[in-house]
Amino acid sequence: MARYVLKRLAHTVLVLWAAYTLAFILLTALPGNAISNLINNPQNQLTPEDGKLLKAFYGLDHPVVVQYVRALDALLHGNLGYSLSSGAKVADLLGDALPGTLRLTALGFVFGAVIAAGVGVVGSYARWNWLRTLLQSFPALAASVPSFVIGILILYYFSFQLHLIPAVDDGTFLALVGPAVTLGIMVSAPLSQVFSASIAATRRQPFVHVLQARGAGERYIFGRGVLRNSSLPVLTMLGLAVGELIAGSVVTEAVFARNGIGQITLNAVNTQDLPVVQGVVLVATTGYVLVNLVVDVVHPLIDPRIRADILAARPKKTKGSEKGAIPARLGPDEATSPRLPEEVATR
Amino acid sequence: MTTTAENPAPSVEARDTGGSAKTSRGRAIAILLWSIRHWSVVVAGAVLVVAVLWALVPGWFAHSSPTAIGATDKLLPPSSAHWFGTDRLGRDQYSRVVHGARASLSGSVVAVLIGVAVGSVFGALAGWFGRWIDAVVMRLIDVVLSIPGFLLAITIVVVLGYGILQAAAAVGLTSSAAFARLIRSEVLRARTSQYVEAAVASGARSSTVLLRHVVPNSLGPTLSLVTIQFGISIIWIASLSFLGLGAQPPSPEWGRLVADGRNFLASKPYLVVYPALTVAAVVLAGNRLARHFAERQKR
Amino acid sequence: MSGDVAQRAARDGTPPPGPVLAVEDLSVGYQLGHSTKTVVRNISFELEPGQVLALVGESGSGKSTIGHAILGLLPANGRLLGGSVRYQGRTISDLPGGQLRELRGRAISLIPQDPTVSLDPVRRVGPQVEDVLRLHTGLDGEARRRRVHELFALVGFDDVERRYRQFPHELSGGMRQRVLIAAAVAAEPDVIVADEPTSGLDATVQAQVLDLIDDLRRRGGTSVVLITHDLGVAADRSDLVGVVRDGRLAELAPTGVFVQNPRDEYSRHLLDNVPSRLSFTRDRGSGTASEDPGPAVEVRHLSKHYGGHTAVDDISFTVARGQTFSIVGESGSGKSTTARILTGLTRATAGRVSLLGTEVGTLDTKAFRPLRRDVQIVFQNPYASFDPRFDVLSVVEEPLRSFQPAGSARRRRQENRDRVVAALEAASLPASFLHRHPRELSGGQRQRVAIARALVLEPKVVVLDEPISALDVSVQAQILELLVRLQSELGLTYVLISHDLAVVRAISDRVAVMRRGGIVEQGETAQVFESPASPYTAQLLGAIAGRRLAIR
Repeated sequence: MARYVLKRLAHTVLVLWAAYTLAFILLTALPGNAISNLINNPQNQLTPEDGKLLKAFYGLDHPVVVQYVRALDALLHGNLGYSLSSGAKVADLLGDALPGTLRLTALGFVFGAVIAAGVGVVGSYARWNWLRTLLQSFPALAASVPSFVIGILILYYFSFQLHLIPAVDDGTFLALVGPAVTLGIMVSAPLSQVFSASIAATRRQPFVHVLQARGAGERYIFGRGVLRNSSLPVLTMLGLAVGELIAGSVVTEAVFARNGIGQITLNAVNTQDLPVVQGVVLVATTGYVLVNLVVDVVHPLIDPRIRADILAARPKKTKGSEKGAIPARLGPDEATSPRLPEEVATR
Repeated sequence: MTTTAENPAPSVEARDTGGSAKTSRGRAIAILLWSIRHWSVVVAGAVLVVAVLWALVPGWFAHSSPTAIGATDKLLPPSSAHWFGTDRLGRDQYSRVVHGARASLSGSVVAVLIGVAVGSVFGALAGWFGRWIDAVVMRLIDVVLSIPGFLLAITIVVVLGYGILQAAAAVGLTSSAAFARLIRSEVLRARTSQYVEAAVASGARSSTVLLRHVVPNSLGPTLSLVTIQFGISIIWIASLSFLGLGAQPPSPEWGRLVADGRNFLASKPYLVVYPALTVAAVVLAGNRLARHFAERQKR
Repeated sequence: MSGDVAQRAARDGTPPPGPVLAVEDLSVGYQLGHSTKTVVRNISFELEPGQVLALVGESGSGKSTIGHAILGLLPANGRLLGGSVRYQGRTISDLPGGQLRELRGRAISLIPQDPTVSLDPVRRVGPQVEDVLRLHTGLDGEARRRRVHELFALVGFDDVERRYRQFPHELSGGMRQRVLIAAAVAAEPDVIVADEPTSGLDATVQAQVLDLIDDLRRRGGTSVVLITHDLGVAADRSDLVGVVRDGRLAELAPTGVFVQNPRDEYSRHLLDNVPSRLSFTRDRGSGTASEDPGPAVEVRHLSKHYGGHTAVDDISFTVARGQTFSIVGESGSGKSTTARILTGLTRATAGRVSLLGTEVGTLDTKAFRPLRRDVQIVFQNPYASFDPRFDVLSVVEEPLRSFQPAGSARRRRQENRDRVVAALEAASLPASFLHRHPRELSGGQRQRVAIARALVLEPKVVVLDEPISALDVSVQAQILELLVRLQSELGLTYVLISHDLAVVRAISDRVAVMRRGGIVEQGETAQVFESPASPYTAQLLGAIAGRRLAIR
């Protein structure tokens, strides 16, 4: 087991390095950047010497490979470089903005998980047909509405109409609720989709039929069989949801005019402040990959079959389901049918 | 269910509907019945048809120009002259929503085309040849997928610059990893299936196996991801535009319209609500149809 | 087991005399769209304490639905259309859910069809058996655990504590079925519904599981409704036999009477087609063999390793032209791998294989291709071996196209079509099937299409990989008959892979018995079956169900 965790960890580090490199390659392909804009702007009246000095300060006078090696070396020492537009340390910029964004995404995650659990369970077991139908259509609905639309509607009704939550970030918890609910609804779409589908799929499994034949009622079967089996795909989905949360927080922070990583990202993009963009990508990717690492480590603890595969160090059994750091993104509907042993049914 | 063998085949129902469509009148009734039973599909189809017509021939639907500034008509509420009101420059908002369809829809078409093109090259190579090509492609996909998607799209926009096509390209490139992974696994599934084995055993050439079995059978699931990806692309492109990273003024685009109206949200909510609901309606309709086709395919 | 009758009587109140289970005029239908399809029609039977009733029938006959109806566990679209189920004189088919749940597992329990999917994959097996006790007894945790240990010992586990803590995937199919049996008897029910309890298990394991059910039944005086497609199992293990056809009870008779003297025509038809009663008069074309005396297939010291695992271990055999050579063995014996090597789907690790005089053991898939004109294969599951998008014509035509120059398909359309029709006719299918889709065909028809595909090139050798094991008994007989007829008409050489000794005996000239990759014994069919040299062969022969049928 320890070997497995170490292996996943090494893989994670490797993926992070590759992702950083990819972002670096992407961004150095860029023809312009904040410094050259600064130098070339006639209003600033910079002499060519000044320009050279500036470039030298930011290390832009070296070949790309040297820049890359230096950046990587600095990165290992915790230095993400300097903002091209403000000159501040990128690490400081991000460090200041991170707590706010983390609070937002964490709360959004909680809301999302709660909504998904409710929709999944009630949508599968509610006594009334209309309620089940209503809740089962929720995931598709939530997935179809862009997060900025959700955010703006919440802002409009709950701030401007009902005055329940502040329209601007005043630092209170209440100001966090609007954007967090926005994120929660957004992220609950894929989660509840997968949860509902996998509850339905699990309930069709023969072992559930066997439990019924032993005299168990729905509640007993849910608690002792269905819940755990149908949570497994959701666990994978939770890791993916973090990626959506990070993306969603950029949009949501813009809608609610909050300070945070999203704000910094937008500023950096608008000023072509490459080190900051690079830093944001690195931080977000790290968070995302780490969460998925945790998911990967938790998975075998819940599913004995995976545990057995790891202990036996068997090559992955199912072709085509090879696991990377991040499973493929799921669309709103792609996950409706977790593949079950169909040959069992058709035999 | 363990009793499938004993359950009567579900194809009975399908044959019934086919049987009643003999006469033209019978066919009309059958279509009507189908429409009533699948009303949501019909509505979704209608929404999409209107959206596509908006994009192709906006002049049929909106008579005023989406960019004509009306100095005296600023920020008017919805009326018979301006169904969705006018914006801060006095432009007719309804006309801007109609004309915005072109940017949003063509953007998502471009995005999906790029995603499928790039994704199928990599996915098919990996799935068909396997070995080291597969390993390299899979690692590459891993890396691309490890960067939160929307953030990657933003990063690509930084490189490509602002504009609807650039945004579409960014979204398309980002989605290509998911396409590549799906196509790889479908190709692999088909390639290792028993019918391919049977074809090989009966003497088929490998080109035949690829073209007659593997490609056609990998297509279905890919198409269903394509339909889903349309909706996702519309959302992402609109979101990029909302953030000011997509379509640039004065050209209308739905996300852009929402962003422009956001400053007037407290007093003039209609400036935001109509374009916002339009995006939601179109994506919802697209996803409904996507799901419908996915369900049909399963049968 | 503490399940003596006295104790049970004390628990339930003295059972009224008479049948423990009575099904009266039972009809069940499935809701399909707007119509209801009746799948069980007016079934009636009674079961005395300790009796075993075998419900036999082919797939789709409705026999499993009867079992589900007894337990009150019809699928969501299932409806009870009429009749009743009575347990100890009390009608239970109209009980509300809660009261019915109390009876399920305690009064009437289930041994399910497929042990591999009938246990929760993420829970340990011990607690899963405990569920029954938790639901139906007031025992505390410790007592329940002890009881499960007892039950595990009862079903034949040695290391009960370890088994208790194991997960389903750590157990073999037979062991999983033992766990499920332990759960089925845990609350000492009066009736057990055993729904195809041994399908998917190897013959020797099947015999052990059936012995176990028999033994437990005798000890507890339990009645059993044994649902099976296997007439042999029914004949060996039941007191009463009910033959189900199209949802009706075609015949209900004491087993001895049924075997000796079936009254119903369909029953007779089924009995006549049991593999162990089949024999084919084979008329071999003698001309082909004398023209070319070399063997069709010659295998010398063949081995196949997958990583560290040895699938085939140094086997040798020879198949003469125009003969049928059978390889029998249980799952994992390496027989299918051998078939794959013979057809060039897998490369051998070591050894020589020569087909019709050509050395092929070392050829890769591409170099093997010219040989496929003469060597074809029929798979176990025909449906999976057809491209889901193809109609019958495309399926059968494919081998023809493979050996015609690319791009000539259009020119040869009529010619190919005629050859396909001829192949279909050889497989006893009408030309009207050309544009049917395999999904519209029955299992037997699909296998005929697969045989037509294998024959369309007029090959010399056909490898038959479990060609009939997925089919119903009467269809099995037809396909075997077809294969035998084609062999004598076309002078084909067959290599038959099968787990079913009765089938092998019916149609082969020579037999090889495989176990764990090696050949345990081979020889003339009659000799291997009459006086097996290896104890393993004897064990396999002993496990064949339906001895009561064979002796007539």
